[in-house]
Amino acid sequence: MYSSFPILSLITFLPIIGMIIVLALPKTRGTLVKSITVFVTGLQVVLAAIILGNYNYGLGGINDASSFQFIEKFRWIDITGFSWIGQIKIDYFLGIDGLSVPMVLLTALICFIAAISSWNIDKSVKGYFALFLLLDTGMMGVFVTLDFFLFYIFWELMLLPMYFLIGIWGGPRREYAAIKFFLYTLLGSVFILLVMIGLYFSTNETLADGTKVFTFNMLSMMDSGNYTANGILSPFNPSNLRFIAYIALFIGFAIKIPMFPFHTWLPDAHVEAPTAISVILAGVLLKMGTYGILRVSYPMFPDITHQLLWYIGLFGMINIIYGALCAMAQKDFKKLIAYSSVSHMGFVMLGMASLNTLGIAGAVFQMFNHGTITAMLFLIVGVIYDRTHTRGLDDFGGLATQMPVYTGFTTVAFFAAIGLPGLSGFISEVFVFLGAFGLDMIRTLAIISTLGIVLGAGYMLWTLQRVFLGGLKEKWSGLKDLNFREYAMFIPLTAIIIFLGVYPSAMLDLMNSSVNAMVKLMSDAKVFYGSMGGGF
Amino acid sequence: MDLQVLTNSLKYIKPEIAITIVIVLIVTVDLIWQKKKTLLPWISLAGLIVTAIYVIEQFDMNASAFTANGTMGMLTADPFGAFFKIIVILASVIIVFFSLTSNEIKNVFDRHGEYYTLIFGMILGMFFMISASDLILIYVSLELVSLSSYILAGFTKQSLRNSEASLKYVIYGGVSSGIMLFGISIIYGMTGTTNLYMLNSFFQSPQFSGFVFWLACILIFAGIGFKISAAPFHFWTPDVYEGAPITITAYLSIASKAAGFALLIRFIKVTFIESVDVSGHWQLLSLIDWKSFLILISILTMTLGNFAALWQSNMKRLLAYSSIAHAGYLLLGLAVLSDQGLVAILIYFAVYAFMNLGAFFVIMLIANKIGSEEIEDYKGLGYSMPLLSFSIAVFLISLTGIPPTAGFIAKLYLFIALVDANMIAVAVIALLNTVVSLYYYIKVLKNMYFVRPEKEMPAISVSPAAFAMLMVLLIPILVFGVYFTPLVNFAKNSIALMGF
Repeated sequence: MYSSFPILSLITFLPIIGMIIVLALPKTRGTLVKSITVFVTGLQVVLAAIILGNYNYGLGGINDASSFQFIEKFRWIDITGFSWIGQIKIDYFLGIDGLSVPMVLLTALICFIAAISSWNIDKSVKGYFALFLLLDTGMMGVFVTLDFFLFYIFWELMLLPMYFLIGIWGGPRREYAAIKFFLYTLLGSVFILLVMIGLYFSTNETLADGTKVFTFNMLSMMDSGNYTANGILSPFNPSNLRFIAYIALFIGFAIKIPMFPFHTWLPDAHVEAPTAISVILAGVLLKMGTYGILRVSYPMFPDITHQLLWYIGLFGMINIIYGALCAMAQKDFKKLIAYSSVSHMGFVMLGMASLNTLGIAGAVFQMFNHGTITAMLFLIVGVIYDRTHTRGLDDFGGLATQMPVYTGFTTVAFFAAIGLPGLSGFISEVFVFLGAFGLDMIRTLAIISTLGIVLGAGYMLWTLQRVFLGGLKEKWSGLKDLNFREYAMFIPLTAIIIFLGVYPSAMLDLMNSSVNAMVKLMSDAKVFYGSMGGGF
Repeated sequence: MDLQVLTNSLKYIKPEIAITIVIVLIVTVDLIWQKKKTLLPWISLAGLIVTAIYVIEQFDMNASAFTANGTMGMLTADPFGAFFKIIVILASVIIVFFSLTSNEIKNVFDRHGEYYTLIFGMILGMFFMISASDLILIYVSLELVSLSSYILAGFTKQSLRNSEASLKYVIYGGVSSGIMLFGISIIYGMTGTTNLYMLNSFFQSPQFSGFVFWLACILIFAGIGFKISAAPFHFWTPDVYEGAPITITAYLSIASKAAGFALLIRFIKVTFIESVDVSGHWQLLSLIDWKSFLILISILTMTLGNFAALWQSNMKRLLAYSSIAHAGYLLLGLAVLSDQGLVAILIYFAVYAFMNLGAFFVIMLIANKIGSEEIEDYKGLGYSMPLLSFSIAVFLISLTGIPPTAGFIAKLYLFIALVDANMIAVAVIALLNTVVSLYYYIKVLKNMYFVRPEKEMPAISVSPAAFAMLMVLLIPILVFGVYFTPLVNFAKNSIALMGF
């Protein structure tokens, strides 16, 4: 479905326009810079709502170009060539389906909230918000593009702003955290780049005049019919490198998730990053890893995915248990939340590994829920850190009496993270487990993973007890409860968490067609590659 | 060679003639109007523009000049050569502007005549290097470039480092050109000819093989490897880059490297080619395994350059090692032995010229203000010199190869060429090298931005001329990063060597 109005381009590049305006303003107009940023991100939320309103729930997308929505497609790079290497054609190709819509909504929402939460930034305001808006464009771009080359550009585009945002506005060890983040993610992206080039040389697209050219079109890469006979990543080439490429690609995405053992950058980055950046990091950035796997790895390499399902599930399980155990041992509030993120992203991987409707839907839903819940958790840490300049869990106690409203919001977020029925986290975790139990191969992993829920309840409740219950320390008796700005951050997130907890269909219906399309694609591929003699 | 051939051939060396006239003009003006040395840069620029027009003519040529008795001549005029000459002219124009703003060069105002004469001497040498198809001419032109650059490296004579740079350069250069001459003499002794095209037809016969032949080729490579600072012939690079005036450092890193690469590519392709298949892969004569040799050298060069750069604290030294690393990437483009690799090299050079000159330009502007090239002294510059810091950030990010800068496109084409030739393992090594390089490039930015100045430093402005120059270097990096069609088309149309 082509769109007559380029709404996806608009929602993607709106922040860039905002960035230019911000850069053009004089240094002294800090408040105006902040207002513009909040306005621009707010406009993004409006655009996301318009997209949601006009979204056709019946269309699946995934590998079928005709059922993508809001498509924009035109030639961007067109190099006519000689016979060798042929022509290079790169499309500016945007479009969304049920996988990307939740992510687009999430990105718009989280960026808006993060912009509000950045209001108390006071050093180099212009620079901060310009980078913030650039980051916004990079993230949104990743979720709406359907051309691998463009995908990669957006993917890399957000590295630099993130590096500077952590490195300049971060905590005491910010230099270390920033460079660690950058090196890890760049290492991941060079693997993605290599696989991208490999796929480019293995797939053909037929032009209108009948000639065949290599292509970066993701949808073409998903159709085994487009692969050349002797491309290095072609399934028809007996000596193909698909298995190695899959591992490389997976590592590239896994670093972003972050999957054990590539997760070590995350606690450092989170602890040092300013609150709003932590919110974006946990709320949106981590989702890019799992989104990439669902968008790229699964449909383009279904054969290898089937072979490695158990391992994906295994690493999901390790993430769940390991993250939870690490969270339990933390004395720093923010680090605890960071490790709980590792644990919760494990659920996404477990859901993906089950490869059935329930599991995939659970995974995508969990991506969205983790985005909202963890964003809220980091905001909660930010609120208390702003007031006390400490994050030590043992430094607090009895805040419930001093800050009752704050405690109320915190409780909702904590229970959502634990997976209490009635809140959104519960639904997605149930779906993930239902899915995982549905696949014999990973049932054992699922059973062990349930331990993660118990551990999760353990560290969350223990934190609640240490920080909010008990006697109030003398020095905290002057703490004020939430102000207007903080209400503005917490209320929308809480509303969404509760709404999706009692009415999950709102989100599940949105992704349903696409999840089914994905499951169908994977099972068709199993038959197809099975008939080619590949053993699963 | 009769007079007819000679006069006919003159039209193929118009650019070289133009450069020679400029040299004479500069010397004359300098001698007659001693006081009007400020004219010299403008004469140089005008000369370069006229030369550029003649070079552009060569994009349509594909001929051999100064042929004797119907065989191939000493020189060629072809699009490939024209491309590299354009790169040299571009670098020269920028260097002239560079010199106008550099304090180092302004301080030796008395000797501006020599300065520009020597630069044009280098240009002449490089032009001949780029189009030479005869070992004798190759050697002579290489010497012309070297001799001019030895003097230029020590030109300001102001510090010990300056003289050290010059002396080191002379010693290393002398040895390596001697080695090269030895290689050439062996080849001549075996075949009786020095013409590359004739050598090619000689080598088609199976009688050439064995250790001596192999040795001769390696010796010649050593001479060229010295110019492009490929490991293990790179030892002069850091010291000379650090000691030489920054304008010359920048010039050496682009122009003489470009000429060296043009020479190397021509030497290998013309002398050892057997056939080119439809998909553009070169089949070389099996006399010597250039592919493995080049892969080995390039991996060694890039790894060594990148890892050594990690420990540097001086900007010029850091960029010296970075330029060694980039020589490694470029050699990889040649090691692919395909037209695709050649396209990648051309794109890489075009982009590299902008980003490397840009980086040096900013370093010079900063050095003009703070009088230091130490990375430590860059602390907090992001706040006092926002424009310069932003520019160098873009240049360094482009050197790393991160989108959306043109450096990414250059690397992308290189990796496309590698994957196309099925050299996956090599591609992985090169990519990991890129990740390593991020660390030292970003270290500079870290110093500029992550450390806030103790007290509010006054914002330092940039002169309008310097600003314009900066934009000329900066905008292509950003534009070609997102729309690279013209760049690639230009490179694609320039890969034709004479005879192919």
